[in-house]
Amino acid sequence: MTQKIIIEPVTRVEGHGKVTIQLNDQGEVTQSRLHIVEFRGFERFVQGRPYWEAPVLVQRLCGICPVSHHLAAAKAMDVIVGAGGDQGLTPTAEKVRRLMHYGQIFQSHTLHFFHLASPDLLFGYDAPPAQRNVVGVALANRGLALQAVLMRKYGQEIIAATAGKKIHGTGAIPGGVNKSLTLAERDQLLNGPHPLNAGQMIAWAQGALAFFKDYYKKNKAFIDGFSRFPSNHLSLVRRDGALDLYHGVLRAVDAEGRRILDDVDYQDYIAHIREEVRSWSYMKFPYLLHLGPDNGWYRVGPLARLNTADFIPTPLAQAEFETFKQATGGKPNDMCMHTHWARLIETLHAAEAIHDLLLDADITGSDLVVKGARQAEGVGVIEAPRGTLIHHFRVGANDLIEMANLIVSTTHNNEPMNRAVNQVAKTYMTGQKIITEPMMNAVEVAIRAYDPCLSCATHAYGRMPLEIALVDAAGCVLDRKRK
Amino acid sequence: MPKKIIATASLAGCFGCHMSFLDIDERLLDLIELVEFDKSPFNDLKEFSRACDIGLIEGGCCNDENVHTLINFRQRCRVLVAVGECAIMGGLPSLRNVIPLQECLAEAYLHGPTVAGGATPNVIPHDPDLPKILDRVYPCHEIVKMDYFLPGCPPRADLIWDALVALVTGQELKWPYATFKFD
Ligand code: SF4
Repeated sequence: MTQKIIIEPVTRVEGHGKVTIQLNDQGEVTQSRLHIVEFRGFERFVQGRPYWEAPVLVQRLCGICPVSHHLAAAKAMDVIVGAGGDQGLTPTAEKVRRLMHYGQIFQSHTLHFFHLASPDLLFGYDAPPAQRNVVGVALANRGLALQAVLMRKYGQEIIAATAGKKIHGTGAIPGGVNKSLTLAERDQLLNGPHPLNAGQMIAWAQGALAFFKDYYKKNKAFIDGFSRFPSNHLSLVRRDGALDLYHGVLRAVDAEGRRILDDVDYQDYIAHIREEVRSWSYMKFPYLLHLGPDNGWYRVGPLARLNTADFIPTPLAQAEFETFKQATGGKPNDMCMHTHWARLIETLHAAEAIHDLLLDADITGSDLVVKGARQAEGVGVIEAPRGTLIHHFRVGANDLIEMANLIVSTTHNNEPMNRAVNQVAKTYMTGQKIITEPMMNAVEVAIRAYDPCLSCATHAYGRMPLEIALVDAAGCVLDRKRK
Repeated sequence: MPKKIIATASLAGCFGCHMSFLDIDERLLDLIELVEFDKSPFNDLKEFSRACDIGLIEGGCCNDENVHTLINFRQRCRVLVAVGECAIMGGLPSLRNVIPLQECLAEAYLHGPTVAGGATPNVIPHDPDLPKILDRVYPCHEIVKMDYFLPGCPPRADLIWDALVALVTGQELKWPYATFKFD
């Protein structure tokens, strides 16, 4: 009798994603799928809207990293108004946007590490759900919780100062920005009273990194081995190979570190990327065209970025990057749980980048917008906290949007997440008749390691309650467990 | 005073309203003295474990699961609050209400410039494991009775905080109308 196990990582009725695992008569896993069950229709309903609305509209895809969508759309619209390219914007506009973006990276990475990951590290993956959340952290360690809150707050304050609002701001406009920092805002963010200043954020980012490395030392086998498998990796890099989360060229490397996409201009992304549609998920499956769907899938996000970049252009993060690279002898790192490590190195880099930008005189400049020859089509790409984010628009002569194509970070990770689930299912579920706690945990941890911003693609927030049901071929539930 | 029990949900929203809730910052630490969270994406609780005092709803209803969640919240929560434009009026996702659903699906899965063509014929996702999409996006009050509405996209953290304190303490919310923002 064939059995089907259904895992709903997100609350059943909120339903943003779920997992089904099929077992055959011998109890072997024959198929597993991560279904993404939300559909919005953005690509169609932004058609007919004026192009300058896009940066404000599309960020409503995701309230967790709205700045990324805001900026990716703005970058596409820079091209539309003839201000695209590397030297397109004024120094002030480019730096204000960078500051906004690094503020976003800082707050989002902080949110992930402290609010989502730290409860697992503090209490263990097997702790009761009621404790394994940010409220649990607050009750157990008020100091740590306060630090988490204040780090996130600092990132949000940067966003408010540059975008006008903490969530769904309006700062970036086609061809530039609508405000720069006032001297008072700059001074506040740079030297504000303890602890809300750039120096303290760098120190706290280092502290978080030390916390993780200590945990790693004590749990090396788990961190290295869990849900590990080789893959390709894709991200933007700066033209000289530096880690750059705001702008650059597309680079991909394979599991051995060989370039399989060699620093191409992202305006040509269509020549390199395709997406497969599968009937059982609203999330598409991207791959590199020249390698095909079977070999061309890749990972994006913090781990991928540290695998594609040659160096990090700020000193403290660069030192950490060197240690990180040593762990794999310079080869791409395919250890899923090392994503936490990579994310914290990026957090430190973001804090340093924020500090440098605040010291730059351009950040308070007044030259905000440029315009050039109007174009019909534009692509904007940015490294969102969770990975490469692609926005592509075509705009008619009447200034109305005619076509929109969005490939969000979590979509790029669709195939890797499905593989992770498959691998875990095979390890933990083969021959099982009853669903056990370790099975539930393993699936949850494997998916969560990708930090699927579920909002962009599936609109859920980090922690994913699980439901697993063992179902026979006739649809009768044999066993059901929740946590 | 016993702690009030709060539950929250995101239906067809972007989680921005939940994020704005987190923007109450240090007051989060005061909040946990005032309330306990039941079913909410802020924790791991998937099911209601008891009757709740206050339910906060982000997002309108775009598929049948959203509808079931909302009805379930209405049954389990004494007071139900629509938080943000999506819950109140459908918000941005309701831009699709003037377009046939089939066109939205076709654009995303058949016509997109990066959608793979070739050997396998293109499909629009359809599967028993996917929920059913509604003909349009419905605001919450068209599905169940809502008790309060907090405007904004998202409502400002201060508004969420003051409204919550007002509900928990039974005081009136004293915000002059002119200070509300509806963006
Ligand atoms: S009201 Fe705005 S912030 Fe809230 S869910 Fe809707 S789009 Fe997101």
